[in-house]
Amino acid sequence: MNVVETHRLGKSYGRTWALRDCTLAIPAGHVTALVGPNGAGKTTLLNLVVGLAVPTEGEVAVLGGRAAGSPAALDGIAFVAQDTPLYRSLTADDLLHMTRNLNRHFDRSYARGRLTELGIPLRRRAAKLSGGQQAQLALTLALARHPRLLVLDEPMAMLDPLARHDFIAMVMTAVADDGVSVVFSSHVLTELERVADHLILLSGGRVQVAGEVDDLLASHRVLTGPTAEIDRYVDRLDIVHARRGAAQANLLVRTSATTDAAPPGWRAHPVGLEELALAYLREPGAAALPGPTRGDNIEPLGVTP
Amino acid sequence: MAWITWRQHRLTLAGVGVLLGAAAAYVLVSGVRMHHAYAAALACHPASSDVCHQVVNDFFNKYASDAAVAAGLLHVTPAVIGAFAAAPVLAREFETGTFRYAFTQGFGRVRWTIAKLAPLAVLVTAASAAFSVLFSWSYEPIIGTRGYGPGPLEPSVFDLRGVTFAAWTLAAFAIGAAAGVFIRRVIPAMFATLAVTAGLTLGTGLYLRRHYEPALVSTDPSIAPPDWVLSQSWTKDGKPASLFMIDGALHPVGVQALTLERFQPGPGTPDNFDPVQYLSHHGFTQVTTYQPASRFWTFQWIEGGWLLAVALILVAVTVWRVRRRAT
Repeated sequence: MNVVETHRLGKSYGRTWALRDCTLAIPAGHVTALVGPNGAGKTTLLNLVVGLAVPTEGEVAVLGGRAAGSPAALDGIAFVAQDTPLYRSLTADDLLHMTRNLNRHFDRSYARGRLTELGIPLRRRAAKLSGGQQAQLALTLALARHPRLLVLDEPMAMLDPLARHDFIAMVMTAVADDGVSVVFSSHVLTELERVADHLILLSGGRVQVAGEVDDLLASHRVLTGPTAEIDRYVDRLDIVHARRGAAQANLLVRTSATTDAAPPGWRAHPVGLEELALAYLREPGAAALPGPTRGDNIEPLGVTP
Repeated sequence: MAWITWRQHRLTLAGVGVLLGAAAAYVLVSGVRMHHAYAAALACHPASSDVCHQVVNDFFNKYASDAAVAAGLLHVTPAVIGAFAAAPVLAREFETGTFRYAFTQGFGRVRWTIAKLAPLAVLVTAASAAFSVLFSWSYEPIIGTRGYGPGPLEPSVFDLRGVTFAAWTLAAFAIGAAAGVFIRRVIPAMFATLAVTAGLTLGTGLYLRRHYEPALVSTDPSIAPPDWVLSQSWTKDGKPASLFMIDGALHPVGVQALTLERFQPGPGTPDNFDPVQYLSHHGFTQVTTYQPASRFWTFQWIEGGWLLAVALILVAVTVWRVRRRAT
């Protein structure tokens, strides 16, 4: 089952396209990172997934074919928005009570247990909690619904390193315990590899890279060799991004059966996720859309790398 | 969900309660005093004596103007309720971003919107309906008594009585809800609600209400409040008479016609001079366009009906907007 499937999905605000021609499939059971520069369309895509925005064109389905924003979809998706907006005048306990009233499933003892562990007083108003505590509270409210899909929009942007660590730990515990699928957007690349096993890279409102992290890492390598020799290999190698130093150059290349061997005098290294993401962000024209887990109801893409 | 609506809007509802409660207390106290004074004036015997006429006159002099001022202030109540109780309901969600939480819960945003707006609308409408019953009772003595006080159709009191006060409150509430969803910021939405509601109230009182039914035209010079006199003019020999002609006709007795309805006696004017009677005797006919006071309930239902329709349309538009565009 795909927790998110989009087909030629687009959203425009006035004449500006925030997202265009987005065809994706995110299989269940993954932690998917949605990365991209500011204005790439990350929030727009997540808003479409949770039903806050209505598509201008194309389709978006969630949880195995349910229309985004439909009651059946909302029932299984929990969303924590950017800056974790909470009713500031309500106490943590009020917010638990409210969330329980707004959903069919709500695990109150789980929520209370988590908040006690986190040291968040139930009687304190949300406005009086620290930024980290607010984020933890919002995440607790979301996880206590035991959703099948958890959607987080820039969840860690406002958090200090310690709070970020705790936040990630809480999400990963839920992934391990409940098997919840997670889609989160971020422009922080440093901790991606530890957290995400699926990557979607958006740029300028379009999908640039999509796939499982292991596949992406296995199909890319970094080649290091003399800058002067690059031009000899341009035709032979599938170069994503070339970083040229005075003497030595680093090439991020896509590997395939025909170009597997490193040229003589060059050394090949495995690539890290951060390095890979940065290389693609620097080359908005390059794309890697292997689509190994694309859903049946989605037509193959006509995009060539 | 009822708990949520109550928890989040109890302060607002308390505010509406205080506003209407304070107004009700004032209206109740002044009403009780007025009813006592009125009963005393009516008890005067024999009723046709000069003393009793004086007692009744004193009663109206004492209470009618106070009542008119209080009634004028009460007209802003629906607009205030719309601005404070309805406009922030959705505008605050958008302004603070909490709609991203509220609209993504399993409950669903259309149901959420209705579950918030409907009970609040019912509560404030019921409260204002109860209030207008009190107001109607309280000001009974001075409304509609021939020759004194405002007639029941006059803009100063018409929409505070019957079904229209509640209907105006509901309409203002719907205006506030729609302003909240379209403007998406609390303070601008509140101001827009006040402005639109005030404009609609004024426009209705000044231009619209008089056309609910075709006005009657009469040459009977005795037509006066409680009938709602819309305009008066003069004719002579079947043709409209100008102010110049009227003024000229009154010149021999030293009276100056300021308008076709207002006359200023001069030093040479006889005592107890009645310019209307005088002009009638000199070939002029006074033509009065008016709405008879007996149309009160017809007008109430017409105004209540279209306000209800406006409120329902605005609520539907609000819900449609929430459904179509949440980000």
